[in-house]
Amino acid sequence: MAKTKKEPLFVVTKRAEISFKKGLLIRALAILAALVVCGIVTLVLTRQNPFIILKTIFSGAFGNDTRILETAYQTSILLIISVAVTPAFKMKFWNIGAEGQVLAGGLVTAVTMYYIGNSFASSFGNPLPAGMQILLIAIMAVLAILAGALWGVIPALFKAKWKTNETLFTLMMNYVAIQLVEAVRVTINKGGSGKVDSSILVQGWFPKIFGREYLIDIIVVVIVTGVIYVYLKYSKHGYEISVVGESENTAKYVGINVKKVIIRTMALSGAICGLAGLLIVGGASHALDKNMAGGRGFTAIMVSWLSKFNPLIMIFSSLFLVFLERGAKELASAPGIGLNESFSEILTGILLFFIIGCEFFINYKLTFRKSAKEVA
Amino acid sequence: MNEVLFTVAQFIALAVAQGTPILFGSVGEILTEKSGNLNLGIPGIMYIGAISGVIGGYFCKRGGVVYPVLAILIPLVCCLLGSLLASMLYCFLTVNLRANQNVTGLALTTFGVGIGNFFGGSLMKLTGSTSASISLIEIARPYKANIPLFEGTWVGKLFFSYGFLVYVSIAIAVIASIVLKRTRVGLQLRAVGESPATADAAGINVTKYKYFATCAGGMIAGLGGLYYVMDYSNGLWSNNAFGDRGWLAIALVIFAVWKPAMGIFGSYLFGALFILYNYLGQNLKQSDQYLIQMLPYLVTILVLITISLRKKRENLPPASLGLSYFREER
Repeated sequence: MAKTKKEPLFVVTKRAEISFKKGLLIRALAILAALVVCGIVTLVLTRQNPFIILKTIFSGAFGNDTRILETAYQTSILLIISVAVTPAFKMKFWNIGAEGQVLAGGLVTAVTMYYIGNSFASSFGNPLPAGMQILLIAIMAVLAILAGALWGVIPALFKAKWKTNETLFTLMMNYVAIQLVEAVRVTINKGGSGKVDSSILVQGWFPKIFGREYLIDIIVVVIVTGVIYVYLKYSKHGYEISVVGESENTAKYVGINVKKVIIRTMALSGAICGLAGLLIVGGASHALDKNMAGGRGFTAIMVSWLSKFNPLIMIFSSLFLVFLERGAKELASAPGIGLNESFSEILTGILLFFIIGCEFFINYKLTFRKSAKEVA
Repeated sequence: MNEVLFTVAQFIALAVAQGTPILFGSVGEILTEKSGNLNLGIPGIMYIGAISGVIGGYFCKRGGVVYPVLAILIPLVCCLLGSLLASMLYCFLTVNLRANQNVTGLALTTFGVGIGNFFGGSLMKLTGSTSASISLIEIARPYKANIPLFEGTWVGKLFFSYGFLVYVSIAIAVIASIVLKRTRVGLQLRAVGESPATADAAGINVTKYKYFATCAGGMIAGLGGLYYVMDYSNGLWSNNAFGDRGWLAIALVIFAVWKPAMGIFGSYLFGALFILYNYLGQNLKQSDQYLIQMLPYLVTILVLITISLRKKRENLPPASLGLSYFREER
């Protein structure tokens, strides 16, 4: 009898492998459970018919053409940042500085639009001739990508050489970038309101396609996502990244230059973040604002991780999070419901906790103690 | 002479006020990290601590509580409870379910900031306040009460002009420092953070220590949020006002090389660097202001690089920081 008492209720063992179906089922159950909890929380807080709330959320995200386009744009930006952080994460390089790398790209874009754009305009006439317009955008793109890459490479160099903790380093780089943006912002708009918005950054706007804004951004993101998917899955670089991520010692043993892979991959991650900054400033906001990344650098980490580092799954993950966010914004402004915008962060949090938690059941197996009768 | 001294004392007092929230946060995070948990949820926990205190205070005010003792205790207990719950959630996910610590922490921060701003916004609607803030000045008064000694002199300004939470933060930092360095519990905690497998083999309950350190750390960090609302901003809550102080607290952990006592010095230095531009004369350019505010982060990066260069063992982060422990996986 004493022996059965000591036996634990269940034993945890690591799963060797899990079938794709079973993994999917566990995740689906987790999401379902999360949605139920979200529903209960919403119900308790609003005391409204849940279907009305669901309808409001849907109309907030997909209610009309403008909203659909806005949702698509927001999704594309979250997606490109998620894709950007992925190569580094796959290598187990914890870059939480995507925010700063996006800012670096956006900052350089804005500076180029203001200084080079204005000097172009004074020598070639305003509006710029098409050739100069293209040249200006090309300069913006090159500089933004370089700036993002630089912001990502600095911590990588120290990580590769001296094993400096990259999580904390990249985090600090975010704040350096924020202060730089602020300093440049008040330098460009001296004495005025301090805002650098679309009335000041007038050159270098991305052209509209079919009379719509954002479309160029969305196309670029789709291309980048596809390229990175192929890069990670089929290229030699992608293979090296996953070997380094699995085990640095193995990588060294098979003759991979780990330092080079770390630096190269972070440069790539940073460069795509810089590109995201370009897309935000040049393609949408036309403004220099320290909140341009808006926490997406952190959200992207979760998107990437939730999608198991697969850029194609990230399309859905980021769409889902943006959907929640836009829906909650609509809830906030809807009369009689009385929620505020931050509600989406709570819902996102609950969802993430469930999905994070369910990974355990994918990686480990619980074997319950057999009932006492059988033991006896 | 006295005037100069008074100005200096005033500057230091302001730096202390700026530094105290991040001191709480960083001491909490140091304890947590010593157990091997890199809790990036601290910024969220500080928001949760703050809003829990505000909710407690709000009900105090509505209930017409007049006793200062209750006005202090109710928000304090609410704050501790809120941050405890948030820390337990983090522990459950990372220790029991062995989830990735970075992702869990970031999710907790998203969630916590959401909770803070959501309930803050809801309380604003409840109070029908026209401005974008909740005012709990009556509740905050006992938090701000200082020791009436040497008032009006530099001695009073420098040492006795603070609410009680400032002294609490220093006491906690000193106690944490002694516990970590000089006691058996501290030694075992450090062992868990350095090498959980070894600690486990020596008969130390790894799970218990991780829970204990993370929850205690979370509650201490939560107090930082409470201090910010009740003392620093006079009981005024407005959404997002707390800002990035939680992340600054995590930065301070590195600056203090995982030593709580160093955190006291570091947090006041950070605070001083933050308000320095006010004292650098009228003709300071606005852009320079922002560049000066960059200093704390640059200094932190420098410290981070230096410790990784020198590799002195007592200055390195805990060896298993950020890794989940699974006994069967050794």
